[in-house]
Amino acid sequence: MKTNGHIETNGHTKNGQTSKTGTTLVKRAFPQMLKGGVIMDVVNAEQARIAEDAGAVAVMALERVPADIRAMGGVARMSDPELITQIIEAVSIPVMAKARIGHFVEAQILQALGVDCVDESEVLTMADEENHIDKSKFEIPFVCGARNLGEALRRIAEGAAMIRTKGEAGTGDVVEAVRHARAIFGEIRKLQSLSKDELYSAAKNLAAPLDLVQDIAATGKLPVVNFAAGGIATPADAALLMQLGVDGVFVGSGIFKSGDPARRAAAIVKATTYYSDPSVLAEVSRGLGEPMVGRTVASLEERELLAVRGL
Amino acid sequence: MTDIPARSKDRPAGSKTIGVLGLQGDFREHIEKFRSLGAHTKDVRRARDLEQIDALILPGGESTAVAILEKSEAAKHIFEAIKTLGEEGLPMWGTCMGSILLAKDIEGSTQGRLGLMDITVHRNAFGPQRFSSETPLAIPALGTPDFPGVFIRAPLITRAGTGVEVLARVERGIVMAREKNLLATVFHPEVVNDTRVHEYFLGMI
Repeated sequence: MKTNGHIETNGHTKNGQTSKTGTTLVKRAFPQMLKGGVIMDVVNAEQARIAEDAGAVAVMALERVPADIRAMGGVARMSDPELITQIIEAVSIPVMAKARIGHFVEAQILQALGVDCVDESEVLTMADEENHIDKSKFEIPFVCGARNLGEALRRIAEGAAMIRTKGEAGTGDVVEAVRHARAIFGEIRKLQSLSKDELYSAAKNLAAPLDLVQDIAATGKLPVVNFAAGGIATPADAALLMQLGVDGVFVGSGIFKSGDPARRAAAIVKATTYYSDPSVLAEVSRGLGEPMVGRTVASLEERELLAVRGL
Repeated sequence: MTDIPARSKDRPAGSKTIGVLGLQGDFREHIEKFRSLGAHTKDVRRARDLEQIDALILPGGESTAVAILEKSEAAKHIFEAIKTLGEEGLPMWGTCMGSILLAKDIEGSTQGRLGLMDITVHRNAFGPQRFSSETPLAIPALGTPDFPGVFIRAPLITRAGTGVEVLARVERGIVMAREKNLLATVFHPEVVNDTRVHEYFLGMI
């Protein structure tokens, strides 16, 4: 029975009170459990098993890793449901999957397949250049990319239960992830310094809902978990973003486009836990083999930039 | 920690230091809860961090990831050290993932664990995230009203040994249990405003 976007299931408790699925609390609590962890892009069940064995807290199923989407071009869509089902069956950790921005039907399919979280992702080709998915209608949580606080708050207003920096996916260049993390944390600090009567104008300038802006000015943090993504390729990259203050990291092409994915994946996991200990970072960074070759963001043409999709 | 004097409910929270396993998961939520109740907290990521704590929290997170991390050079098999402390009587509370780490038996899995508590758990017993829920729980040990249970891809306790006290259950299984110094909840009291389970645990120290 659908009410207010929530599914009311049969009560489990003896006293007959009902349990509720798909509430904001339940959707926002899911990413809380992933904090301090690494979520890895995988394109098939074999990669998913390697990721789980390396200590990933979740895997992200997609058709092609971002580096290949860049190289091959063409329309990038949701992954084949058959592959997603195989990935779900292969691992015990949560499985996320990417849907195109605004493609609410891909998201409906992913929810029906039993994925734990949808990434409405700029890495895929956009399906709607005006509107994002109304994420509040879904029972499962969504993660969305953001380059700055305004974008993050617009996505949260649409129902996102988790934010990640966009970075510039598929480059192996961490510069944009750093820029976006610094932008978000800097803008939060700025809001905290404003007086109450200045928040109306701040909300207008951020193009973000006033209530969320007021909430952040009071608490000094986003109301949802905030990971880094887009260009993380080494243990040091992961630790850099963790030291900047994110709650965890996504690694896309950086693992399975490197010479020794299992080893690199395990090293990035350790670096994310012991991000503030340089001696551990030095140890885990040793002899990892070839990193992904990568492309500097500065060398990309304007039309090759993914982060400008869906603002 | 045998050098700590007699524990009792009369000991003020301000004299207690709660270690929180910080390898991965929602450990900060536990830290904030205990601090709000006046207790001290300590982030535990290495065996040496286990010194001078009066209790240990095993938070929510991904049990496979944490079982892999504990074997790392940095953590130096922290599970062995935790296991020893648990056998010596250090109060420990596992939430969700933490209850899996405490369990002697995990259905269908050989993953690493502490194995301190005589229970069997079924990982991810409710299915994928769309079946995660808010479920009010009648917990006699906490009195009324019902406790707001938040279940996130939660396990269930499917067997409790003879020394285990069942504190709460839902239709399909046990959701809260205690065995001497060990407390397990498959739900997440650290993500709600109700502090009664945290206070209950402080009473065990």
